[in-house]
Amino acid sequence: MDTLMLSRIQFGANISFHILFPTITIALGWVLLFFKLRYNATGNVRWMEAYRFWVKVFALSFAMGVVSGITMSFQFGTNWPGFMETVGNIAGPLLAYEVMTAFFLEAVFLGIMLFGFSRVPGWLHTLATFLVAFGTSMSAFWIIVLNSWMHTPQGFEMREGVAFATNWFEIIFNPSMPYRFTHMMLASGLTVAFLLAGLSAFRWLLGDRSNGVRVTLKTGVYMGALLIPVQIFMGDMHGLNTLEYQPQKVAAMEGNWETQSNVPLLLFAIPDEEARENRMEVGIPNMASIILKHKADGVVPGLNDFVAEDGTVMHPPVAPVFWSFRIMVGTGFAMLFLSWAAAFLMLRKKRGPEGIPTFMYYAMVPMAFSGWVATLAGWYTTEIGRQPWLVQGVLTTEMAVADVPAPFVGTTLAAYLSIYALLLAAYVGVLFFLARKGVDGDVPRPRTPLSGQAIAREIPAE
Amino acid sequence: MNLFGDPAIWLPFTFAALMGVSILVYVVLDGFDLGVGVLFPFATDDEKDMMVASIGPFWDANETWLVLAIGLLLVAFPTAHGTILTALYLPVAIMLIGLILRGVAFEFRVKAPTPHKATWNWLFFAGSLMTSLAQGFMLGKYVMGLESTWGTWAFASITAVFLTVAYSMIGACWLILKTETQLQAKAVTWAKGGIWGLVLGLGAVSLATPLVSPRIFDKWFTMPEIFYLAPLPILSAVMVLFLWRSLQRLPNPTDAGARAPFSYAIALYILAFGGLAYSFYPYVVPEQLTIYEAASAPESLMIILVGAIFVIPMIGGYTALAYWVFKGKAAELRYD
Repeated sequence: MDTLMLSRIQFGANISFHILFPTITIALGWVLLFFKLRYNATGNVRWMEAYRFWVKVFALSFAMGVVSGITMSFQFGTNWPGFMETVGNIAGPLLAYEVMTAFFLEAVFLGIMLFGFSRVPGWLHTLATFLVAFGTSMSAFWIIVLNSWMHTPQGFEMREGVAFATNWFEIIFNPSMPYRFTHMMLASGLTVAFLLAGLSAFRWLLGDRSNGVRVTLKTGVYMGALLIPVQIFMGDMHGLNTLEYQPQKVAAMEGNWETQSNVPLLLFAIPDEEARENRMEVGIPNMASIILKHKADGVVPGLNDFVAEDGTVMHPPVAPVFWSFRIMVGTGFAMLFLSWAAAFLMLRKKRGPEGIPTFMYYAMVPMAFSGWVATLAGWYTTEIGRQPWLVQGVLTTEMAVADVPAPFVGTTLAAYLSIYALLLAAYVGVLFFLARKGVDGDVPRPRTPLSGQAIAREIPAE
Repeated sequence: MNLFGDPAIWLPFTFAALMGVSILVYVVLDGFDLGVGVLFPFATDDEKDMMVASIGPFWDANETWLVLAIGLLLVAFPTAHGTILTALYLPVAIMLIGLILRGVAFEFRVKAPTPHKATWNWLFFAGSLMTSLAQGFMLGKYVMGLESTWGTWAFASITAVFLTVAYSMIGACWLILKTETQLQAKAVTWAKGGIWGLVLGLGAVSLATPLVSPRIFDKWFTMPEIFYLAPLPILSAVMVLFLWRSLQRLPNPTDAGARAPFSYAIALYILAFGGLAYSFYPYVVPEQLTIYEAASAPESLMIILVGAIFVIPMIGGYTALAYWVFKGKAAELRYD
């Protein structure tokens, strides 16, 4: 394989590994703040138990996110120097603002949040929790601004092959940013909801009936049930936005080769790029036209519009986009069914976690990482879907790659892949280990916070 | 040079200065916590826990200075960024893998099942060592103008070892400040041993830099510069002397002067860094590309500068807050 392909695999592997952890920390930071505020308001120790368990998950995820994020920031230079050389005037300030407004905030206050509980007043600890959550979200904001700009660039002009900013407002509030940002924040919320529910269900199955487990299970299920319909709606809006600005991506998602009306929604197909057609199509007639154009005979753009006269293909590889889109949507619907069923059963006659049949607990455990599956699948849909462009209409991926010998990239790729595999296994293993450890009663009571007013006491569950 | 006239002159200069400060803050702060990691094998299991406790609340923010430095290189000097990082492809990869292993080991070593702790301790050391060696190697290659020959490779290997020793020296000084009893006594011994590495390293870089580049030679050894610059090596020698004497007085029952070695070590880092910065200015890629040639568009730099003026004092403020919250001797790390 050549340097370009190896570099693409390496960056893809890096970003796939990285995104798993911010996806958890973005929403988990706010969930921790919620636990802390509930504890401050009620003085009930169960909220503190929840905080203490999940802050460990946060710390672990945060460390994984930090180290893989540093790797990415270096890979811009080691593997894709053409990116900064062409659009550095725009990407640079956005990345600089991320470091200045977000990285330092979260990194500094994380120390206080993790280890400062008995060293600082209660209010300062709560403030530190807020600032970490805020910093993590700010970080996501700047990164998604840059990523969205790469999909729907505006507010710049090209001079001698280099992009110069002309309007920062247009750059930041580019057309796909609001959709992408909301979609990602909701994805993070859902990932955390199912992680909360899944690990708590695991503890429940092991016999842990403590109040800490009850509240996290409930928080997870209700959070999932509330967010998933919003996410489906947002995803649809995002799709319509993509249709407007990157029709070739939507054509690949739908597996639609010809621009035509009455396009079916394909449930199954094997896109064949050689023959430029699908094999074994199973679809719902007219449905894609209805979703995308809100009428049965709506005309939907097809992939064949994106082949130049000389045969150069300017649309993404079809099969990966087609399939990852289906995996994302399928996971979303599984989330919808499970969280709504569980929420309904818990709400019925106020029966709480006791109201859920055992098999649903068994379903929640594997769903603990369903958010990761959906996020990665969505990520592949949107990122593979923009190929061959790195910055839509401005810079192709091929133009940005570094002139580094292929064996170098191959060596580092192998090293990264083996480390990522090891760390991922260790991470998932430790999460379940922590959950099991909690069941064995190895949970020392929380100390009294320094502020002194909120003295922990056990309040029976309702 | 008209510093406040033409933005194409003073903006690149300002950003070079900001980047220099970030790198300096980084090598001091992450220097001491990497050094603590390098010293890991010499400590008992209980001492290891205490060593991690002394850096646990800080390492993450310390490392962020590296992200800021590389970020500033990337945003202010995009063409230099690509040239430097592709030339240093392999050492950068080794550093990154080291940073990954070390960063996650902080968390895993206390959360993973007890039998795995020894493995994570080992990975913590290995990661710290890889990172320190790789950074020293990059320094050496940079000093040698990013050339790839047997000679530069050998020189870079030497700087790799010396920087690692320098990091472990400042790490030991940090431990003297943050710990008590037996571990503190050990740290004093480590720091004494580290001084020799530091002196040899400083000497090697100071001699090699002017010899490799006639331009740098002229910058240092002409009249009247030689007189203006003389305080730099003289002060460095004085600092080494002070450092040595302060270590002789430690440990002692009242813990008097426990702060001194760390302060002198920082002063030494600043002096050494000042010398390097003076030598290389105005080049960002040695002898190839000046900061003025490599700079981004002034409009983009201006946008960042406006933010930086507000944000960097804030960063300084809450970093100080964190060090104040965790002041005094290190205590066991607990989440409650």
